[in-house]
Amino acid sequence: MIIANNVSKSFGRLIVLNNVSVTCNAGQAVALIGPNGSGKTTLIKCLLGMVVPDSGFITFDKHNIQHHWEYRKHIGYMPQIGRYPDNMTIAQVLDMIKDLRKSPDAEIDNELIELFNIKSILNKRMRTLSGGTRQKVSAAIAFLFNPKVLILDEPTAGLDPESSEILKHKIVEERKKGKLVLITSHILSDLDELVSEVIYMQEGEIRFHKNVDELKKVTGEDRLSKVVASIMKNK
Amino acid sequence: MKKIVKYVILDILKNKIIIAYAFFLLLISFSVFSLENNPTKGLLSLITIVLIIVPLISIIFSTIYVYNASEFIELMVSQPIRRSGLWLSIFAGLSIALMLAFLIGVGIPIMLFHFSQEGLVLIISGLALTLVFVSIALLASVYVRDKAKGIGVAILLWLYFALIFDSLVLFLLFQFADYPMEKAMIVFASLNPVDLARIMLLLKLDISAMMGYTQAVFRQFFGSGFGMVYSSAILLMWMVIPTLLSLRRFVKKDL
Repeated sequence: MIIANNVSKSFGRLIVLNNVSVTCNAGQAVALIGPNGSGKTTLIKCLLGMVVPDSGFITFDKHNIQHHWEYRKHIGYMPQIGRYPDNMTIAQVLDMIKDLRKSPDAEIDNELIELFNIKSILNKRMRTLSGGTRQKVSAAIAFLFNPKVLILDEPTAGLDPESSEILKHKIVEERKKGKLVLITSHILSDLDELVSEVIYMQEGEIRFHKNVDELKKVTGEDRLSKVVASIMKNK
Repeated sequence: MKKIVKYVILDILKNKIIIAYAFFLLLISFSVFSLENNPTKGLLSLITIVLIIVPLISIIFSTIYVYNASEFIELMVSQPIRRSGLWLSIFAGLSIALMLAFLIGVGIPIMLFHFSQEGLVLIISGLALTLVFVSIALLASVYVRDKAKGIGVAILLWLYFALIFDSLVLFLLFQFADYPMEKAMIVFASLNPVDLARIMLLLKLDISAMMGYTQAVFRQFFGSGFGMVYSSAILLMWMVIPTLLSLRRFVKKDL
């Protein structure tokens, strides 16, 4: 579904992505993990077209994304740090995005708005929101249009345990519907119930891309955090 | 795209500065026309003010707006929206809002006090200058990442077009006083949209006697049908080229 081919990107002299090639298919839940500054967010931004690769290309459903901006209709994106126009209220932001993305075939999924109880704070301005509330709004927007692909950059960072559980439950549910879910996170225990594949990135390169069950079998561990730790030790 | 223009304009109207700008222009226009008995004289004073204020407000307001809209832009590029469409919508939104303010602040008083061909040319050149400087502001803000630096560049560009350019031309004129510079002056005028607008306005007002021989050459050139087409084309280029350059950069910019 999403195929990245030898994607490279550098900011000035710093090489952020070095010949990265990834293939992700529908129905998978992929965890993108790696240390800080390993290029996870840049890779995600490349997939979204927010960052333009220096070389290599990315295809979505066999179309090169550089010339087909329409593919973003099928993506729900939750950024690591959601930035929204300061003087708009939550209701205005939601209405604006709904208005801009309106299409007859996409039904609106309001479940997260209700579960996070965003209805009660609709008239708050974005600048007054706490980090966690902002995350909730970002999550609600990502799931709002029932997209085929969900790209979640550190979805549970900053969320309280209750909301975090709600979000994780929602992710599992969406995955069951055959959607592709791409998650980055540092909290590996959060990923345990969620993911089917792991991509480990380091210094802008992909170290491995493997099935979780396979990894568990090879390493003999049953928790994702231990699996990754044991792989790191052996390298 | 229409929807994004709508949101940009709503956002601009919300922050009152544009309303203050319209009100300020209105105040100046009314006071200028009521101070002078002769409306043509009033128009002349208005020209001087418009040629300084309109570029200043257009370039600085647009630059600051683009920087402040960075969150909006970031949010939009992750949505299914064409990037070029987003950028052109921002250009359109800014231009429409600023032109509307100008029409209210200068257009209405002119229609009330001195509705004539000259007045109409002043309105048109004010609108054209607004577009030119919004366009230059977009170019400056897309290339400079840092907000403070970007606003500094915008102010410098305004200083250049409003003051420095004229002193440079004057300096050149004195240096080459022994040579015929009248033809070269036409080229120099094309390099500065503010000068171009000024020349067109002064020609329309028929005060060429104040400017000596150069004006006679200008009159011959810009006064002719070809000259009008030429200067309109140059002004149009001043609107289109910076916008296209900024668009080319924005489409590839990392956000």
